[in-house]
Amino acid sequence: MGKIKSLEDLKKRKQDLQKKVDLRERADHPEAYVQIKVGMATSGIASGAKEIYDFLVEALEKRNVEAVVTQAGDMGYSYAEPTIEVTKPGEEPVVFGYVTRERADEVIEKYIKRGELVDGILPQNYRTIDDE
Amino acid sequence: MHLLVCGGTGCRASASDSIAESLKEQLHHHNMDHEVQVILTGCFGFCEKGPIVKVLPDNTFYTEVKPEDASDIVAEHLVKGRQVERLLYKAPSGEQVTDSRHMDFYKKQIRIALRNCGFIDPENIDEYIARDGYLALGTVLNEMTPQQVIDQVKESGLRGRGGGGFPAGKKWEFAYKNESDQKYVVCNADEGDPGAFMDRSILEGDPHAVLEAMAICGYATGADQGLIYIRAEYPLAIKRLKIAIEQAREYGLLGQQIFDSHFNFDIQLRYGAGAFVCGEETALIHSMEGERGEPTFKPPYPAQSGYLEKPTNVNNVETYANVPVIINKGPGWFSKIGTQKATGTKVFALAGKVNNVGLIEVPMGTTLREVIFEIGGGIKGGKKFKAVQTGGPSGGCLTEEHLDTPIDFDNLLAVGSMMGSGGMIVMDEDDCMVSVAKFFLEFTVEESCGKCAPCRVGNKRMHELLERITQGKAEKKDLQRLKNMCHVIADTSLCGLGQTAPSPVLSTMENFWDEYVAHVEDQRCPAGSCKELMRYEIIPENCVGCTACARKCPVGAITGERKQVHEIDQDKCIKCGACLDACKFDAVTIK
Repeated sequence: MGKIKSLEDLKKRKQDLQKKVDLRERADHPEAYVQIKVGMATSGIASGAKEIYDFLVEALEKRNVEAVVTQAGDMGYSYAEPTIEVTKPGEEPVVFGYVTRERADEVIEKYIKRGELVDGILPQNYRTIDDE
Repeated sequence: MHLLVCGGTGCRASASDSIAESLKEQLHHHNMDHEVQVILTGCFGFCEKGPIVKVLPDNTFYTEVKPEDASDIVAEHLVKGRQVERLLYKAPSGEQVTDSRHMDFYKKQIRIALRNCGFIDPENIDEYIARDGYLALGTVLNEMTPQQVIDQVKESGLRGRGGGGFPAGKKWEFAYKNESDQKYVVCNADEGDPGAFMDRSILEGDPHAVLEAMAICGYATGADQGLIYIRAEYPLAIKRLKIAIEQAREYGLLGQQIFDSHFNFDIQLRYGAGAFVCGEETALIHSMEGERGEPTFKPPYPAQSGYLEKPTNVNNVETYANVPVIINKGPGWFSKIGTQKATGTKVFALAGKVNNVGLIEVPMGTTLREVIFEIGGGIKGGKKFKAVQTGGPSGGCLTEEHLDTPIDFDNLLAVGSMMGSGGMIVMDEDDCMVSVAKFFLEFTVEESCGKCAPCRVGNKRMHELLERITQGKAEKKDLQRLKNMCHVIADTSLCGLGQTAPSPVLSTMENFWDEYVAHVEDQRCPAGSCKELMRYEIIPENCVGCTACARKCPVGAITGERKQVHEIDQDKCIKCGACLDACKFDAVTIK
């Protein structure tokens, strides 16, 4: 994308980008996209988040699950790294901790495909500035 | 439907495993095991009222559940759809809370500086823009004068998050008022406290927030050059900052005539070698200039004569990260959070003997008890809380009696510690406070730049004294000497490093005097952690003479005939503890 020349330009660009992000969250066809964020700050990577990230990308592709895997910063759950946040379209995000390849596999097979929760959920215990 | 059962250490200790089992049995009994799933989760953080069972999707939150309550939960709630009232959480006001999202506890953390951390992809500027990124910079450049920006920051009450707590708006104003052909904006990312990783996490998770805030600061103070001083041992943060700067330049959000205004601003990185003293702003500036990283006397302050002797504004990473939100949401919104004298939130790196080690952000004025026992989930392994160290090597140790102190700059100073940059290390009953003080002093001895004598020589001498105390070789008068040295070093050092270096010693002496005395007078370490003061002994009544310990002892210090009571030769013993592990009859003890 080119340069942002003015405040209006930025606001317009924000709206476009927001739509894209929203599309992922409230898709017209709910089976469309699952969004997975992998906590990849230094502590996450040290605990093996990179491996989980690679595994997820590969496994989702192989199993034909339409999902977007992105890296994100520190979610704050250092005691439970690696952590991943899974947002299914139209649903609240769920954070899973202590993710191994086995658990990542379980998350795909059980939570993403069949809607069953699996062990290792981390309850969210903070507000964001959007809640205020 | 889902039943979430807390599987954290606290709840597990109160039989949450068997609660889950009972729930499964009851579900089976009611033929519901296909519709309802029971899941063990991570710690809910609400250990005080554990064990916790949460029902989804209606968010019903049951507290202090016992295995025998399972039948009621299934029969009443799941079969008949009626909540089990006696198990619902009662707010301190006495009101029953049916939906966990309305509980005050879950409002204890609010993420302002960490707003995008773990939420956006830090390597993609579009995600930052979708979350109102660079909106504050655009607003400032289009609609506000520099003075108005400064007024907003002043009004918000934002204070420096690096340790000192100096009002950020005032700092900006000083730099703004000092006229010069060239000014600089510096971001202090030289985070050095042991166990602290707040700034690193922000830079790794949301680098654009810092870039945007620095540009806003540049506009407010009249600077067109930004510099981030970051330690080379943060490679991931450096990588993501570089990507972020590249992307911002590409979008024209850094560079010439930003947002079609006359404002130009660009940012460069400067690497530090990881010296603790370079977190002090004058030392940091010298290091950036290529000089030795040594502090110099203030005044002149950096706002008068900083980088290359030009007016320079230095703020810490977390301070900057708050700025875009203040502009977007208004200073009034920000100042309503926290306390009157300390507005907003503070990020803490919670570490040590606490269950939920992690990165938290709480409003100023939250108490230490809330942080350690509710958000932190209490002490690991069900042990007893002993102390919490705040403020890193410059701070102090606080005890049980300080737990209800609301955290802010002034309150922590008043009880003998400090806010610092936000490291928080929790200690339990097994930690020896003399050793803790020694550990922090060792850090400052190593990190002292050596410029002034009190810090260079004094801290070294103090460390030697502490070493002797932990070896049981000190005399009573040494304690008084130690105390005197603390005061002399604090009073005569040039910079903050030396002035605050004795704090861990002073505060542990203040709060754990008995422990010091025990080391000196009885040659005993009450926590049982000082190796030199430990004695392994055999309890004759329990010893059956199995020779297991004698065979395991690596130095042959244990003697005794088969089926006779054994003995440990204290002169040979190296205190490795192998005999303690080997004994099956509890006949070996530590004294």
